[in-house]
Formats: sequence, C-alpha cells, structure tokens
Amino acid sequence: MNSLSLFPPPGPDGNITLFESNNELVCGTSLGSRQKQGWEPPSLLFPRESLKPHSRPESSSKAAFLDHRDTLWMRSARAWRDSGLSGLLDEIANCTEEEVPRWLTVGCSWTLALLRWVSSFHGSLFPHLTLSSEDMVAEFSQVLDWSDCAVRAFAWHPHTDKFAVSLLDDSIRIYNSKSATAPTLKHRLQRNVAALQWKPLCASALAVACHNCLLVWHVDPTSLSTRPSSGCAQVLSHPGHCPVTSIAWSPNGSLLLSASPVDTAMMVWDVAGESCVPLQRVGGGGVTFLSWSPDGSRVLASTPSALFRVWETRTWTCERWPCLKGRCQTGCWSPDGTRLLFSVQGEMVIYALTFTDAPGEPHGWSGSSKAAAIVADLSETSFSTSQGQVRVGGQVQTMAWDPRGERLAVLLKGDPEAPDRPAMIAVFKTRISPIFELLPCGFVKGESGAEPRLLQFHPHFPNGALLTVCWSNGRISHVPFFFVSAGGSVLNPGGSPPWPLPQSRAVENGERLLYTEMSS
Amino acid sequence: MFNSEQNHWFVRKVIFWRAAASVAWSVLLLPVTTALFAFLSRFSLFHPIQWISGGQYSFDFVLVVGVFNLEYYTVVPSVPCTKIALLGKVLHPQQSVHSLVHSMMGIMVTWCAATMIGGRYWILAAPCSEEEGVTGQKMCLNEYYLFFLLAGAFMGYSYSLLGVVRNMNYVSFQTIQQCKYLRFKGMLPQVVRYSAVQSLYSVRNYCLFYFFFGYIPRAWICTTLNVHEDSSLHRLDTVSGLLDFRLLYHLWLSGTFLLLTWHITLLLFRIFITEAYSFPVQSSFSEDVSQCLPKVLSEKQPLILKFLALQDLFLLSQQSLSRRMEVFSLSQPGGHPHNWNAICKECLSLLSDLSQRLVEYQEVVASNGRARPLSSHSDQRSTSSETLVTSGTEEQLQTPQQSIGLKTPSSVFLRSTSLGLHTPMTAPFTPRQESPFSSSSVNRFVGNVDPSSPWYGSVQSPHVMRRGPKLWTASTGSPPGSSLPPSPTTIPSPVPAAQKPGLFSLWLQNRQEQVCSRYSDLCLPEASSQALFADSQAHIWALEGLSNLVAASYKEDRFGVVQTMLPSILSTMLLLQEAVDKHFKLPHASSKPVRSTCCLEDSTFKTLRFALRAALKTAMYRITVTFGEHLHSVQMSAEHRKRLQQFMEYKE
Repeated sequence: MNSLSLFPPPGPDGNITLFESNNELVCGTSLGSRQKQGWEPPSLLFPRESLKPHSRPESSSKAAFLDHRDTLWMRSARAWRDSGLSGLLDEIANCTEEEVPRWLTVGCSWTLALLRWVSSFHGSLFPHLTLSSEDMVAEFSQVLDWSDCAVRAFAWHPHTDKFAVSLLDDSIRIYNSKSATAPTLKHRLQRNVAALQWKPLCASALAVACHNCLLVWHVDPTSLSTRPSSGCAQVLSHPGHCPVTSIAWSPNGSLLLSASPVDTAMMVWDVAGESCVPLQRVGGGGVTFLSWSPDGSRVLASTPSALFRVWETRTWTCERWPCLKGRCQTGCWSPDGTRLLFSVQGEMVIYALTFTDAPGEPHGWSGSSKAAAIVADLSETSFSTSQGQVRVGGQVQTMAWDPRGERLAVLLKGDPEAPDRPAMIAVFKTRISPIFELLPCGFVKGESGAEPRLLQFHPHFPNGALLTVCWSNGRISHVPFFFVSAGGSVLNPGGSPPWPLPQSRAVENGERLLYTEMSS
Repeated sequence: MFNSEQNHWFVRKVIFWRAAASVAWSVLLLPVTTALFAFLSRFSLFHPIQWISGGQYSFDFVLVVGVFNLEYYTVVPSVPCTKIALLGKVLHPQQSVHSLVHSMMGIMVTWCAATMIGGRYWILAAPCSEEEGVTGQKMCLNEYYLFFLLAGAFMGYSYSLLGVVRNMNYVSFQTIQQCKYLRFKGMLPQVVRYSAVQSLYSVRNYCLFYFFFGYIPRAWICTTLNVHEDSSLHRLDTVSGLLDFRLLYHLWLSGTFLLLTWHITLLLFRIFITEAYSFPVQSSFSEDVSQCLPKVLSEKQPLILKFLALQDLFLLSQQSLSRRMEVFSLSQPGGHPHNWNAICKECLSLLSDLSQRLVEYQEVVASNGRARPLSSHSDQRSTSSETLVTSGTEEQLQTPQQSIGLKTPSSVFLRSTSLGLHTPMTAPFTPRQESPFSSSSVNRFVGNVDPSSPWYGSVQSPHVMRRGPKLWTASTGSPPGSSLPPSPTTIPSPVPAAQKPGLFSLWLQNRQEQVCSRYSDLCLPEASSQALFADSQAHIWALEGLSNLVAASYKEDRFGVVQTMLPSILSTMLLLQEAVDKHFKLPHASSKPVRSTCCLEDSTFKTLRFALRAALKTAMYRITVTFGEHLHSVQMSAEHRKRLQQFMEYKE
C-alpha cells in the first residue's frame, strides 16, 4: 500500500497551489481567477534577511569580552548563577595555585570528572539531554528546520479572524481582520519561541512557550497600541522546566499544559493563580509534544524516547503507548476526540488510534483499541513532471486536521541533501463517520525554491477549510479548500455538490480509496 | 462540644470519615518515618525495640494533630488587613490554646526522638562525672536532654505560629481532579523538602534563643529538681557549646521528623477533605431529598458542604451527560423543572450577592474618599482604601435588615467553628454597639450570645472578624481618644484569662489607624481586596457550572427549561462583569501578590480575584460562542445588549 502513488502529481514548477475547488487543487501563478469572499487573510512575507536573529547564546559570547579578573568569590558566584554546580566546580578547578589551595583544585576536578561521567551515563539513556537547549527546541519543535526558519511559530485565534506569528528575532506580531494595527510583542524573557496558542473562550490571552518560561500575553483587542508593554505578560516559570517546547490550552479555556523535554513532569497551570500542578510519570525522560483533543477529554503527550502517553482529563490518569521505532513526532485529534492520528520518527507511516468510549461516562479504558492501525504509507514515490522526476515522501514532521474533520494536511520531511526530494505538503480527504476513510487530495506547492515549514488550519473557515502554510522564504500563504461539509451527503464525502462535478474525476476518486476501516 | 453544625448529616457521614481516614493513613505512615528517623539518627538499626516503643508514643500525637486539623480548618481564609490585625490574630486565646498544645506535643515528640536516639539524650539527671562526684551521689543535669525538650516546645510553638501567619488552616481545592494516592505522591517530595528547610530555620532560631535565654530554664530546672550543673562539661549557651555538630544534626533531624509527621497529617487531611463528592441530582425516595444537589446547594452551613456541592455542580456540568440530563429533566408529575430552577436560582443569587458586595465596597470607597479628611498625606491611597472599607462595613452592619438577615454571601459561607474560634476575637471590635461593651464581650466569652442582639449569629462568622479591625477604625474619624471603649474596670472579674488578650488587641486596634497612617508599610493594602474575594472559589464554580450547563443545553435541553432563565443569567453575569471591572480599577486591586514557594502555605486565596475575572469572561464567551446570533432574540436592556455585543465581537 503505497498511498502517495495514488496522488495526482504535483503541479508544474513555477506555479503555486491556489485553492481547491471541485475536488481538485488548482495551480496557477496568480489569484486572478477567483472571486474574493469576505475577509482574505493577508499573505505576509518576512524575508529572512530583514530579521536579525537573537544574539548568540551566552556560552559563545563570553569569549568576545576582555578578560577581567574578578575575585574568586565573585567568579564563583557568577558561575553558580550561570551554570550551577558544574560551572562552580569548573571555575574552581581552573583556578591558579595562589588563589586556591591545591587540594581544593584537585578535589573539584575529580568531582567534576565524576559528575560528567554520571551525566554521560544519564545522557546515554536519554541522548536528548546532552543537546543545548536551543538545539533541543529545534529537535522537538513542530516546525521543520526551526533554528533557521524566519517564522518560528504561528497560531490562529480559535474564534475570530486573528493570528499571531512569532519571528526569528523573537518578536511576535498579531494580525487582526478588524483592525489595521498589528501589535508587536516583545519581552525580555521571550526567547526561542517554540509554540504559540491563543486561549479558547477568551479574546485576548496568548500563551507563548519560551526558552525558560511560559509567557501569557493579554493583548487588548480594542487597544491601538502597537507595542504593548511587557506588563501585559504574565510570566509562568517552574524550576527545571525549561526549555518549554509545547503548550496546550484545554478547549474550555481553564487550564494550560506545558511540556519540556528535560522535565519528566508535565505542568498543569492555573494561569490566573499562576500556580501549577506537576503531573509526573517516570520513563521517557521528558515530554516533547502535547495535543489536547478538541472535546477536551484526552491529551496526547509524547516523550523523547519511544513512548507516548494518552492522558484522560477527568482524573488525570494515563495510558502508556510504547512505540517500536522511535519517538512520537506529532499527532492530531479528530474533531470529536475519538480518533488520534500520529506518526513515529523513523517510520514513513501514519498510525491511528481509536477511543470509542464516550468521554465523561465512567467506562474506564475498555473501549480504546489495543494497537494502532497503519492508515497511510508515505514512503518515497517518484512522479514524472514536465521538469523531470520529482521524488516525494518521507517522515512526517507535522500534521493538521481541519476542524470539520474533512482534510488532513501532512508535512513530509524531504532530504536536505537531495535537491529532487524536497519537503512537501500532502493533503488527504478524510471522513470520520460512519467509518473512518482516507482519500488522496493532492500536494500543496509554494513558490519555486520555497519549502514548507509549518502548517495550520483556520479554526472556523465558513466555506470549507483554510490551510495556512509558512514557507522557508518567510512567506505565509493561505490555501482555501472549498467544499460543502459532508454532514448529510454520504455519497460524495470530500466533494462539492454545488459545483458541477466532472463525472470521470469522481469515479477515479472513488477507486483511489486509501484507507477505510471496512477493509482493514 | 458538638453543636448543630457538627450534627449535620454531611459532617457526620462524610467529613468525619474523611478526617478519620486521613488520620488513619498518617498513623500508618508513621512507622515508615520513624524507621527512617531511627536509621538516620544512628546509622544503624541495632536496637529495633527502642524505636518501636518510641513510635507508639508519637502515634498519639498524630491523632491529636488530626483532631486539631478537623477543628481548625476553613475553606475561606481570614485575611488580616493590617499587620496589627495579624498580631491580634496571633495573640487570640484560641490560638494560644493551639500553640500551647502544639508546644506540649513538640516536647513529647522530641522526648520520643531523644529516647530513640539514646546515648547522651537518655535521661534528664545523671550522676555527676568522676572528678566532682567522688564523695557523694550528686545528681547533675544533663543539659543536652533539656536542650532537646525545649527545642521540641520551640518547634511546636513556631509551627503553630507560622500556621496562623501563613493561613495553614486554609483548605484550597485543586484545579484538577487527581486521585488521592497520586496527589499524595506528587506532593510528598515537596513536603519533605519543606519540612527539612523549616526545621533548619527552627534550629537556627532556637539556637539563637537558647544562646540568649538558655540559662533561665536551666536554672529553673536545677532548682526545682534539686540537681546540679556539671561544671566539667561545656555549657550549651556558649558559642563553643552550640557548635556541637552532632547535637545540631540530631536537633535538625528530630525537628524534621516532628514537622514531617505533622505536615503529612495536614497534607492527608487536605487531600481527603477536598476530594470531590458526588451528590445525587434527584432521588425517588423522599427521605433522601435533603441530600440531593439542588437542596444541598441552597444550604448555608456547613461551608464545606456548600463548596463540595458547587464543585460537584462544576464537574457534572462539564463531564457527565447523564447527570446533566437529570438537571434538565421535568418533575413527575407536574412537569416542572425543579432541579434546574433550584440550581440556577442558587448560582444566580451567589453571583448577584457578589456583585452587590463589590458595588457596596466601591460606593464606600468613592464616597469616603471625598468626604473624609485624611489625617496623613504620606500614603493617601492606601489609607483611604483602608479606612473606607471600614465605614462601609459599619454602615452595612448598622442597617438592621442587612446585619440580621446576613444577605451577603460572605457571611453565608463562613464556617463557624464548634469551639467558637473567632468569637472572642470579634468581641473587642464592637464598640459602637448600644449595649455596654463589657457585658456583651463577656457574654461571648462564655458562649451565650444574646439572641436579641443584632450580633447574634453574625458574630460567629470570621467575616466579621475579618472586617473587625475596620469596624473599629471606623469610629476613629473622631479624635483617637474618644474612640476608647468604656473603662475596662467594668469588665467583671470571672474571666481574667480572656481579659488580657482581649484588651490588648483592643488597644492594638485602637492604635491601628494612627500607626497605619504614619507607617504605611505596616498596612497590607492589597488585603482588603483579597478579603473581599476570599470565598470566590464558590463563585468561580457557580460561574463555570452555570455556563457549562447553559452551553450544554443548546443540544441537550429537550424541554427548553434553560431558555426561560437565559435573560436573567446573562444580566446577572453582565452586572457582575461590570462590578468586577470597576473593582479592578481601584488602587491595589490589580497588583499581584508574591507567589509562595511552598505547597503547604496555600496562597490560592490571594489570587482568587484574578481567577474570578478570568472565569467570568470565559463563562460569558462560552455562552456567546454557543448561542451566537440567537442571543439577539434574548430580551435584555440596551446597555447589556451593547456589552454583550462586545463579547460577540471578541472585543473584551
């Protein structure tokens, strides 16, 4: 079952994917052919060159300054503050004879060696702990090639036409359909933004996962200020809980979850009270990615090792799901919260898990499935286009499911070494009820030379689904998928009945069924 | 001992059992901590018999601590508005009993610990060492032993004292529902660390204390028991004597053991008492009707029942479809939505009471801010917000229907403890009463409150106590001297014990405003705002529960019972929103408190106003998101419609 081979080939080079209509993706060079309907989200461009990245991390900047001899106490205190015990030991071990007695230097260097040996042992169990915190964010972020990407995070507001973009220079900009001002948020602690999310059932609160804390901005939507002061941000931090790589608001807006790959505990924040409850489980070595199911009953929490957990949110107990190959890279929930799609690092497939028990009723875990089923195979496939062979396929970087559950966008990692195998977005048509089905839709292409980095669906697009893609050249584009929701029409799940439908195309689509629960 | 509240079915059937279970678990954990202590104190387990016998004694003390937890707990903290009020709280007779008992228990536990460690802590008086005691059988004082026992008393007292200052008796509810074992497991490392650190501080303070005052108890013991001081040994109130690291280690370890057992008892008590309790929504048997959710919600006492009922409402509105259906169902026969009506009415009355309370507070602040000439210009803001509350309360209490009827939820929610915890405390704060101060205060000390007095009932509530200092300062608009109560000589003699702290705190209260205006750092400006929202957890649950039910009714309410209440729900919430918005414009209302570092010093109540504001907005958005354009057809005033429109456009 090589499902990518059933896809229509990607459009010709130079064309970009404009929209989906009548069941097929339309490519072109400009948007002239389509009527504008209501508010069009702006297509933004943030050139990589215009953004000054944050200065290098402190370890490398130390050498740039002139050597200044402080007293030993001063240096020890600073080393302790900067890098803790190991820094202190290192500082003392490198002291000269006249400052420190010989036995202390030797003792410190021995202790340091012992400490390093122990930590290397710990690191061999959990290799990610040896990464620097910036590399760790890049490793576990949902953004492809996070460290070099102009747009580092993106978030649509769940209720209005408003989105927030986090850029390479650690600023966040907010674009609103109803106002011309685009506020820029900057904060001293806002570094290495790994994720953004707006609080549901609230107009103003935006949670930001930063280098060593969580920030919750309260951006007054009626304010005309373009630079809200840092007093508008709440700082939530917990010792040992940094860098924060993933955050998730509960769908009812009351709780905020945060995860860090170095901390085995996942934090449940009461944002107004600025207090947190750690949910600690042994094993895994940290938590990298969180995803709250849209009905609020379950949370996916993946760890840096080959294990992920699914928490239920009534009493906060969890199910352990060991994987065979690698860690769980990404996952997304169906809108009704019964189905979880996820992908595992090192495998080019999408798995599905089904939870059938009604959330909220005390049935326990009897209803959930015992093993994950493979629903799509994304291994490499060649397409011959006018420009020659294009190879598509690979591991999944991130996935997004549209809020109606009819389109699934998958960002496939390419091969950075091979120019003919770029990163690509594959879009599937999906149907959840009465049975789960997956059909091919097409590939989304950007400007030539631009690779997709991040994708997200608009939470309430009226005419179908709207996919927002951030590209490697700093472009943020929006690809609408026009269809009528298949609430009643079972015959044509992903189709669009109001538009005249070419008969042949529909039949072809019918045959191209990728996955259905009946066949498996 | 047991008053009517303690005889309530819920207290008898649930709370006592929960408290008993928590004590039982702490007793079961005692062997573990004792074994650990014995191991750490001697690094060997050569004499297992000794520590088992020692452990049996400390069993009793855990029981006592458990009983104290049950007697003293509260779900609404009392927030002292000034540091002077805090001092009054500490010197309160009830608190003195608490401290005394804890000191005694501290002595007993350290005695057990000393027995377990053995060695030089074995006995109080021993035969003197050789050089001196050649001739006779002179007994000498073992100063280590005395040092140890006094340390126990000191630690017990400081535990009790810190408990008051940090509101350790306040029981807060968790934001998420974890099962008890996991909650305990998650908190245990923090509790151990906290106990160790607290013990370290106690040892430091105790050493200082002993260094300066150690000779007093030593001399006293020597003369009473007719033993001698051993001059060949180091005295412990010298620097060299105190620098005995083995002694300090044992002291710290015993202190950690002591605090750990007590903190574990406290933690288990909190975990058990705040566990969610599922009330039936309706019952087919008439005798069970009083235990159903709609009935329980409307009860005023005990407070813990009210809080648990609201928590259950919140949980059912969010998680349980079948129980929501029961709420929306119609009565058989008759077809009336009694369940929904009762729940909705209770929630709405809670919310409107809060908005009324806020509006009154604001009015007081606004009117007095202009009218009253301030005695000081140093910190006008804090002084005004301080004094103003005061007279607001006073006005409120002077109005008979308000003080007797106790309409404000604050007093409704308060737990009046069986021992009349706050009763004597309130007594000195009633100088404006018509009856002479002396007699009423005495009456309250002996526990018979005159039912005809307007203070009957209200006096027992800590809310009045919380406002107490303000009541008092209210009269200080006139020159300070005139606000003194009638001469203390009128107080009859039978109550000399209670007299002293009462008068002392009275004097303190008298000085309060002057001190407060002169040294503004003595006042806690934020505290009046904290006190206003001290019971807001109940309002948060009411808001969440109500809005979840309304949102669920969009799909689940087959008979349309919710629709009829929708206008009043919306207008109540909008009124509250307005009041809360105004409140946050007052000075000090939006300043954030310092986050407490530890788990056991629960400071949740300090941020409840922010939580309430967030919950209110979320509740409004939940309703507007669910109903959307349909809300246009709901009848409401133009002003409210305008406000609602803001919510529908996501501009709040």
